[in-house]
Amino acid sequence: MRCRSEARIDWSLKRPVRGIGIWFMSKTAFEVHDMTVAYQRRPVLWDIDLAIPEGKLVGIVGPNGAGKTTLIKAALGLVPLASGKVEIYGKSYEEQRHLIGYVPQRESVDWDFPVTVRDVVLMGTYGRLGWFRRPGKSEREIADRCLQQVGMAGYAKRQIRQLSGGQQQRVFLARALAEEAQLYFLDEPFAGVDAATETAIVELLHALRSTGKTVLVVHHDLQTVSDYFDYVILLNMRLVACGPVETTFTTENLQKTYGGRLTILDEAAEAIRRQKPLP
Amino acid sequence: MISLSLSEKVMLGTALLGGMAGVVGSFAVLRGRALVGDMLAHAALPGVCIAFLITGHRDLLGLSAGALVSGLIAIGAVTVITRWTRTKEDAAIGIVLSTFFGVGVVLLSIIQKPSTSGNKAGLNSYLFGEPGGMLNSDLIVLAVVAAVVLAGVALFFKEFELTCFDSDFARSQGWPTLWLDLAMLAMLAVVTIVGLPIVGVILMAAMIILPAATSRFWTNRLPVLLLVSGLVGAAAGLLGTQVGRGYPAGAAIVLTASSFFVVSLLFAPQRGVISTLLSEYRLRRRVAEEHLLRALFELGEAELPAVPVIDVQVLRDYRHWWSLDRLLERAREEELIEWSANHVQLTPLGLRRASQITKAHRLWELYLVRHADIAPDHVDRDADDVEHLLPESLVAKLEQELAAEGRLPTVLAEVPDSPHVIGAEASGSVSP
Repeated sequence: MRCRSEARIDWSLKRPVRGIGIWFMSKTAFEVHDMTVAYQRRPVLWDIDLAIPEGKLVGIVGPNGAGKTTLIKAALGLVPLASGKVEIYGKSYEEQRHLIGYVPQRESVDWDFPVTVRDVVLMGTYGRLGWFRRPGKSEREIADRCLQQVGMAGYAKRQIRQLSGGQQQRVFLARALAEEAQLYFLDEPFAGVDAATETAIVELLHALRSTGKTVLVVHHDLQTVSDYFDYVILLNMRLVACGPVETTFTTENLQKTYGGRLTILDEAAEAIRRQKPLP
Repeated sequence: MISLSLSEKVMLGTALLGGMAGVVGSFAVLRGRALVGDMLAHAALPGVCIAFLITGHRDLLGLSAGALVSGLIAIGAVTVITRWTRTKEDAAIGIVLSTFFGVGVVLLSIIQKPSTSGNKAGLNSYLFGEPGGMLNSDLIVLAVVAAVVLAGVALFFKEFELTCFDSDFARSQGWPTLWLDLAMLAMLAVVTIVGLPIVGVILMAAMIILPAATSRFWTNRLPVLLLVSGLVGAAAGLLGTQVGRGYPAGAAIVLTASSFFVVSLLFAPQRGVISTLLSEYRLRRRVAEEHLLRALFELGEAELPAVPVIDVQVLRDYRHWWSLDRLLERAREEELIEWSANHVQLTPLGLRRASQITKAHRLWELYLVRHADIAPDHVDRDADDVEHLLPESLVAKLEQELAAEGRLPTVLAEVPDSPHVIGAEASGSVSP
């Protein structure tokens, strides 16, 4: 059983053809069972259970402190689980690391670090390279191709400090693309970026989905959820709801997620209004 | 071994120490651990003293072992304090550093008492450093440590780079960042400890931090940074012992490194103080010139396309100027305006620039008022940026809105193309 599922994954990696995604629609890319995460005895996430089918563009939505970033970090093994388990394509994270691409929050690194844009993107290939091997010509080609995909081809030799916020975010995206993953986790990729970059990132996410990749995105702007994503995880320390945007991103669920926060409820109402009219 | 004179030994030894401290220190500084080196050095003193009290003589390996043990205990103490209490890391480092150093000073005074036995010569060098007592065996230890450390850096360069830049990302790829961090820490500890008898516990931190801080002014590439740090450290060791003959060697070495730092701080291109001040001055000049052109454009906007002559006094009252006369003088030199006595007029070149600037300014203004919910941090950008940072459709929409208000600088339509190709350097679009 295990062997067979592994073979199927390999096949899908070699042939990222449009339309293949439909064939895999039923497959679960990311699954969380009874996950609880606690920081210093204070639980941040309680009993999270969710499953994301392959090929979905997923928004992770919830108020500040809801545990959105923690969900991603726990999924990647960056914070320890108090209980529960995480499965990537049916196996543990350790076994499936090569299938994962990660975009951390932009503020999490020192942008004055002495590296160029291309150096950062090359880091995406390090996981594949393994110990001691240095990136060579083929890795540089991958890096340049990924930079081109995010519209930063002309910036390869720039020091990363000289970039605007939006450009930095694009570089982080290019680095994740260089990981050549199947399942991507993006932590607030739209925070503090310019409008052009936001549009560009959304286009890129759609392109990823069309080649059968699964993308999970921590997102803040309720108004754009139904435009950008086809699946949504509503989170507020507990899982409020998880499912297709049309059926899950409802006023009722948003109310449960955001509680009595009035300004946000206004925003939510606005978001619902913008959505296709429900019967 | 080839026989070396004492001064040659000292030169070689201090250069080796400076070089490896520079390389290892670079990683420590980049990882935000510069103070850990300082703590290790200070915390080594009690270990050195206890090792001396046990063995009864000054032997580099024995004393270094003592230094290593008390250094490790200090690191453990900091970890425990930050993990289990609310004390912040910098405070914890300060507490542990001074406590251990205090213990070390007390132990040193016990050793100095006539009643304590043993050959005390050279033990004081651990306080302020004294490379003059360097033995052949010390030199060999230094050479071996340098070889091991440099080989380690060469081998793990990629892994160290990734861990220092983004350890979460490194862990997401499966790298054991804890062990990589420990490896960097171990190298730092070993280099610090072999350096103690040469520059002393008090000044050792400078050898870790100064070369890295100095070379950061000159390069944006990590491999180059490591190389330059190594060279700066080695040069500080070499020159310090030569130039500072007759003065305490540790201080001479550190002061040499400091002078490299000060020179870099002042004169480095881009990052140096002088270069920064210069570019700030240029920016201020450009902003003032843009204000002038925009004021002239707006004052004459009603009469366009005729370019009106504007009274200098009217211009003076239009907004606050720092030194309008100098500004006008410069604009005339650049052939942007014609200026005689009390009258100013834009030249065709000036009009073109003025209309571009005014348009960009108004587009940004409108964008910030109407659509700025996305990016409030993009204020005061110039014309190119409007087109790069905002999607084409939004720029078009903003232009329409401006035109509807009759505020879109229409002269632009008749103006020759921009002198440089917009979008050649960067394109705002993405081709997935």
